[in-house]
Amino acid sequence: MSTDTPAESAAGDAPSRAELAARVEELEESLAAATEDDGTKKMSIIATKGTLDMAYPPLILASTAAAFGYEVTVFHTFWGLDILHEEHSKNLKLSAVGNPNMPLPNVVGAIPGMDRVTTKMMERRIEDNDTATIEELIETSLDMGVEFQACQMTIDLMDYDEENFYDGVETGVGAATALEDMAEADIQLLV
Amino acid sequence: MSDAFDITETLDVKGESCPMPVVKTKQAVDGVGVGDVLEVLATDSGSMSDIEGWASGTDGVELLEQAEEGDVYRHYVRRTE
Repeated sequence: MSTDTPAESAAGDAPSRAELAARVEELEESLAAATEDDGTKKMSIIATKGTLDMAYPPLILASTAAAFGYEVTVFHTFWGLDILHEEHSKNLKLSAVGNPNMPLPNVVGAIPGMDRVTTKMMERRIEDNDTATIEELIETSLDMGVEFQACQMTIDLMDYDEENFYDGVETGVGAATALEDMAEADIQLLV
Repeated sequence: MSDAFDITETLDVKGESCPMPVVKTKQAVDGVGVGDVLEVLATDSGSMSDIEGWASGTDGVELLEQAEEGDVYRHYVRRTE
């Protein structure tokens, strides 16, 4: 087009001011698109523990962040998978040993059956205090759009099956998926 | 209770503890119209700080008032967008 007239040809390929302005505008638009932030905050949690006490923090934070409008992903791996396991999640245990704050010595806690006793005690407290159950927190979080992911490598390692998990749990994901979420997140937590 | 605003809906989360008062408040706010006011009744003493923190950190909601009456904490939240 710019070679239509001899005068423009003489000016060589030098773009006109209008062309430059258009190009600048185009570049500004693509820069804006590339750095676009829709303003949605993100939180990424890695849940690795499956004891009753350690199942609560990721679920409480996930549901609360969702209430704040965060896009939340919780990546469950190793024992953290039990939190998403429909059957196991209702029977998570509290260890009677390993916690010096327990009102019984470790040597007593090590007696067979003591984990059941401490778990029952905690379950009663949870009920008495109207604390939400693990199941309730999972269902609520799913309702609020929290994305629960179950690490495929550990699903295979534990010999679990996709069917074992709550409806809505994403399987077939690995560390790279978690890392991508963490890289994009405003908050990253390992529990 | 203030009469500076009309209450559209009341959410009763008495007896429930963290994080449910905040989570259910969010769910209820999403269900009212823009400009509407949600009244939240809670017995969780942490709800005073939690709902205040949630409201200031969440887009589209405004905390109008909080009051303590006996063992019930009342919160008034307006949906703004």
